[in-house]
Amino acid sequence: MAELLSPEIKACIGQASPSIHVEVTRRDLRKYAVSTGQKAKKYLDGDVAPPLFHFGYAMEILPVDELRKDGIAEDKLIPELPLKRLMAGSSDTVYHRPIYAGDKLVVTRKLKDLYEKEGRTGPLIFVVTEVVVETEAGEPVLNETTSLIAR
Amino acid sequence: MLNFDTIKVGDALPSREHTANIVQLFMYNAAIWNPHRIHFDHAYATEEEGYPGIVLDGPLQGDWIGQVVTDWIGEDATLVSFGYTNRRAAMLGETMTAGGKVEEKNEQTKEVKVSLYLQNSEGEVTIPGHAVVRFA
Repeated sequence: MAELLSPEIKACIGQASPSIHVEVTRRDLRKYAVSTGQKAKKYLDGDVAPPLFHFGYAMEILPVDELRKDGIAEDKLIPELPLKRLMAGSSDTVYHRPIYAGDKLVVTRKLKDLYEKEGRTGPLIFVVTEVVVETEAGEPVLNETTSLIAR
Repeated sequence: MLNFDTIKVGDALPSREHTANIVQLFMYNAAIWNPHRIHFDHAYATEEEGYPGIVLDGPLQGDWIGQVVTDWIGEDATLVSFGYTNRRAAMLGETMTAGGKVEEKNEQTKEVKVSLYLQNSEGEVTIPGHAVVRFA
């Protein structure tokens, strides 16, 4: 199989996006809880975050004219790949403590790995990223490992 | 009250049906700040990207199987880890069933491992997942 990932692309492994600082508001927690159909009062009241609440913190906030035609913001963490169609793969999170209303958090995304595999329908590139969430005081909150598949 | 001692491998977790409507999907994408057009622009999703309709977000479906665990444990255990995989797409209007089952029990650590699923009305699993919870 031909090597799809050039040394230049592989050299991007290990790079991180600039850390994002967020203040967790009760209102944001309530919006997330209602829109996902939560039943637990602690979520609907916005006291504490449901397990996937942090997903939104990985979304970049960009001016409309900087978005692609499909509405998505270019992911600057991932180098340009020779395979263009990106699909969501998997997400695995280890929780150290819940996220509470009022928390001040630091969210950092890192490119953990890039590797290729021969799939049933042709070559695939796996893009592995890690999202690290901690408090501004440095207390670990969660680590999420995600994989995207380019084909 | 969920009690570690009475949980058995093979126990089913209570299942729940979800049918998102366009308003809920709009609110979800607004809440997570996701402007991807396949989640709100029917013409774009079908004509440009070839989907049969408006596409449900994978992480929303992931959240639904997460709720199977958090509703099951309530305040009786804490969530240690949770993961899900996007296996196939689901469209707006589909009724999805979220459920799960106890896979392993560790008497030493008082941890319980569960498998989770979200399936469509054809019984096809769109999002499989897994979680570990710990009892005090």
